[in-house]
Amino acid sequence: MNPLDRKLLRDLWRIKGQAAAIGAVIAVGVLLLVMMTGLVRSLDETRQAYYERYRLAEVFAPVTRAPENVIGDLPAIPGVAATEGRVAGYALVDLDSVDLPIQARIVSLPDFEAPRLNDIFLIAGRRLDPANRDEILLLKSFADAHDIRPGDALRVTIRGAQRAFSVVGLVQAPEFLYVTAPGELAPDDERYAVIWMSRATAGAAFDMEGAFNEALLSLTRDAREPAVLEAVDRILEPYGGLGAYGREDHLSDRYVSEEINGLRATSAIIPPLFLAVAAFLLYIVISRMVQAEREQIGLMKAFGYTDLEVGAHYFKLILFIAVSGAILGCLAGIAAGRAMVVLYLQFYKFPFLLFELRSSSFVLGILVSVCAASAGGLLVLRRVFALTPAVAMRPPAPADYSRTGGVVRKLTRILDQPGRMVVRRVTRQPALMGGAVLGIGAGMALAAAMTSVMSGFDRTIDVNFNVIDRSDLTVSFTDPKSDKTILELQRLPGVIEVEPVRNVSAVLRNGLRTHRGAVEGRIATPRLNRAVTSEMDAIDMREEGVILSTSLADKLQIRPGETLTVEVREGRQPVLELPVFGTTESLLGSPAYMQIDALNRALREPDRVSGAALRIDSARSDEIYRTLKDMPAVASVSLKDETRESLQELMDSGAGAMRYVMAGIAFVITFGIVYNSARIAQAERERDLASLRVLGFTKGEAAFVLLGELAVVMFVALPVGALLGYALSFGIAAGFSSDLYQIPATFGRSDFGTAVLAVLAASVASGWLVKRDVDRLELVSALKARE
Amino acid sequence: MTNVDPTTGSLACVYRTEGLTKVYGEGPAAVHALRGVDLALPGGEIVVLLGPSGSGKSTLLNIIGGLDRGTDGTIWFRDQELSAMSDAELTHYRRDNVGFVFQFYNLMPSLTARENVELVTEIAKDPMEPEEALALVGLHARLDHFPAQLSGGEQQRVAIARAVAKRPRVLFCDEPTGALDSTTGRAVLKVLKGVNETLGTTVLIVTHAAATAGMAHRVIHFADGKIRKIRENETRLDPDKIDW
Ligand SMILES: Nc1ncnc2c1ncn2[C@@H]1O[C@H](COP(=O)(O)OP(=O)(O)OP(=O)(O)O)[C@@H](O)[C@H]1O
Ligand SMILES: [Mg+2]
Repeated sequence: MNPLDRKLLRDLWRIKGQAAAIGAVIAVGVLLLVMMTGLVRSLDETRQAYYERYRLAEVFAPVTRAPENVIGDLPAIPGVAATEGRVAGYALVDLDSVDLPIQARIVSLPDFEAPRLNDIFLIAGRRLDPANRDEILLLKSFADAHDIRPGDALRVTIRGAQRAFSVVGLVQAPEFLYVTAPGELAPDDERYAVIWMSRATAGAAFDMEGAFNEALLSLTRDAREPAVLEAVDRILEPYGGLGAYGREDHLSDRYVSEEINGLRATSAIIPPLFLAVAAFLLYIVISRMVQAEREQIGLMKAFGYTDLEVGAHYFKLILFIAVSGAILGCLAGIAAGRAMVVLYLQFYKFPFLLFELRSSSFVLGILVSVCAASAGGLLVLRRVFALTPAVAMRPPAPADYSRTGGVVRKLTRILDQPGRMVVRRVTRQPALMGGAVLGIGAGMALAAAMTSVMSGFDRTIDVNFNVIDRSDLTVSFTDPKSDKTILELQRLPGVIEVEPVRNVSAVLRNGLRTHRGAVEGRIATPRLNRAVTSEMDAIDMREEGVILSTSLADKLQIRPGETLTVEVREGRQPVLELPVFGTTESLLGSPAYMQIDALNRALREPDRVSGAALRIDSARSDEIYRTLKDMPAVASVSLKDETRESLQELMDSGAGAMRYVMAGIAFVITFGIVYNSARIAQAERERDLASLRVLGFTKGEAAFVLLGELAVVMFVALPVGALLGYALSFGIAAGFSSDLYQIPATFGRSDFGTAVLAVLAASVASGWLVKRDVDRLELVSALKARE
Repeated sequence: MTNVDPTTGSLACVYRTEGLTKVYGEGPAAVHALRGVDLALPGGEIVVLLGPSGSGKSTLLNIIGGLDRGTDGTIWFRDQELSAMSDAELTHYRRDNVGFVFQFYNLMPSLTARENVELVTEIAKDPMEPEEALALVGLHARLDHFPAQLSGGEQQRVAIARAVAKRPRVLFCDEPTGALDSTTGRAVLKVLKGVNETLGTTVLIVTHAAATAGMAHRVIHFADGKIRKIRENETRLDPDKIDW
């Protein structure tokens, strides 16, 4: 082995603690990168494959009731590849074990053939026997949640009539990757069912014999989707077409896309941030090392080693640390990715989901970390090249401590010798100290920003369920009812307060920007389901316009005062031009509010309600649930506590769960930086410390010189870190926010307190490690060999 | 003032300088380490440079050795102008022609004695075996010791082994015997003389030990950044005979 390589190995061994700390920082950055890009790819590709294999439609066209032969008109539209008409609707499932009604989505399957579009993936049992009209297939996750198996019976109420069906198979389907009850954000396997039945059975149950109420279409490669949608709408219009929409507006696909995009966005922001910190660390360590080795560098140059050869020597050191860190990070990233996949399968009903690591992820991870590390390293190497050998060989001139300001002079007068050494070094070497302060500040910023984002998640839940929504449960009706239903609810014993709501699905449009969602009609001064400003003050509804959530206003790029087009997709389907009169801070979903009477007037359906928010006496809840279950008007009941719980679970899985990983990582990095700063200071002062000891100072006094310096750096770094963290939390919070929920950047005192504690704990631990070494310092060899 | 005519023997000269100056720093704090050095050194000689501390001996050595640049003046190595070379050319000049023994040993602390020598033989054209070079200075038994495990004199001998191992054309020694007792000191000088005689290497020795001058072909007296006097020895002493 060549002697320089041997030197390299010995140097690595000497700085093993620091190298490990930097390697760990790189490893976690790469871990995140590999895990997140791998997840994005796995989700994306699995979804694609699943859709193709089971022929998921690309256009969905709900219609009130169209005769069967109309489906034959659709293939004539240019760009349409295949079509299928089916019957779909909602029903209630009645389980003895559950007090509340359970909502179910029903979709039909062709009687005698496999579906041309939207096929199913049979997991257990068998497909439907067309001869038997009592058979149904059930969504696997719902069946599992209630321990229902093929062969079991299920009572289903369709259009007021209850009937017992026999479950013959458990299935999943690509159109139900993400399953939520209408109006709910987070999935809850127990409380929402999907049932497949034969077209004949469904036709009879929904009064759709010889007719369909949903057309499915797939497109050719060169199809122009907007044109197809328009043509479909034109054909279905006479039959009560409710507006065709593309796959990307299908609720299930939208949520999956949102998750993938969220992951993609987070993976573009956060791992690079972590790697940048690692690069900075590596830069500090290597530059200090080069500083300490300038004589050796000069010597190599004196012997005729070229700049390139000397540079390569140090570059190898950087590469070794970066590549080992990256490989470790890749391996850990694969393990973490596999674990995350399990979490994903809880919420996204993929038939399978393999964490696929492409070699490109691996290569990317290594490449990125090496580049990050080299960026830091190259700056240092430039300095290596600049040294002339004669200059490099002379020991660096002792730092000039002669010019010292008045305050410092006064301060030093009251200090003992070691105290003076600390003060002089800190004040006379601002660049060195500045680097250390910045490094520790960066670590602290990461930790502070991550803890603040963690509280941001809690705040989202808190704002939504304590400030905005003050009801106990929400009832939705099978179809819009007269407001007398509200009085009926009001009269139930134990019901304290009832507030009507009218939700209609609608497409909101501002120029080219559209959002498929709903308009929620609220009473003028809502008490249970409020809209609030960012200061959490309630906003009253007004006759003449809509209030948009800030996220929706952003998406549509519309400001208060401007006019929004609302294409209602219900009833007579009016198109409304409404002024936006305000925005509301909603951290969940993207709601749009309107005054309920104004909405009903626009629909020309006066005094209608589609649901209600209730506040109840918790002592009588069971009684109330049972009554609600027996009310034919009630389609579903959602309890706030359960909704909150499933949302919390959702946030704790998928992209949201990354926050735990990242917070952990932020603390690893913080420790890495603090430890490194301590080690570097120790290495630089080894000779000074040895000299002090030789002069008769005790171990404690010698250690004080070093630890005192660290303490000073630490206390300057804390406010710097707090400021940086404040800025950083905006970026990270934005990275975590999605269409589903927004994470506000919060700056709780406790978040920063946690970060400060972390930095202090890291300092104490590093200080202790360093002190242990100082105590063991071998005086003679420290004085003899300059390293 | 000087008895050297820069034009004489210029063809046989390994080194020739004209008006070489070196100023460290600027303004009132400027230090004039060399104040116009004119020198012509024939090849194959042992040259001893004497002078008080701070007179600029190391500075001159560093500049001729290609480790540093003068502020003004020209330097020739044979027919190449050192003062006009780029950094890369200087690197090659050092790599191919020059060996150094430094005043402060300058060993690599993380390399053993043998490895310190290998550091140079690795990139030399026709080097000795590292073991052979270390045997020359009597350190064949300490091959695998780290500098921290060697005494000052032993470290200096490793430095000499390292310098001669590449069989350089020119060998610069800045106080090679400063830290050594008389016996080892003589042994080191014998090594230098041997290198000079067997390889024809020009050896330039800076020293405070005036007696060393006895073994030189040529003695240069240096003071205050200038050459005071150059003397050629008619007869040269054997290192064994040098009065320490
Ligand atoms: N980097 C530098 N910056 C400023 N002054 C310098 C520098 N290097 C050397 N000097 C000054 O230049 C002068 C000559 O220094 P040099 O090292 O050549 O002396 P020397 O003759 O080798 O002395 P010694 O016998 O003590 O080694 C001295 O006055 C020294 O202080
Ligand atoms: Mg000197």
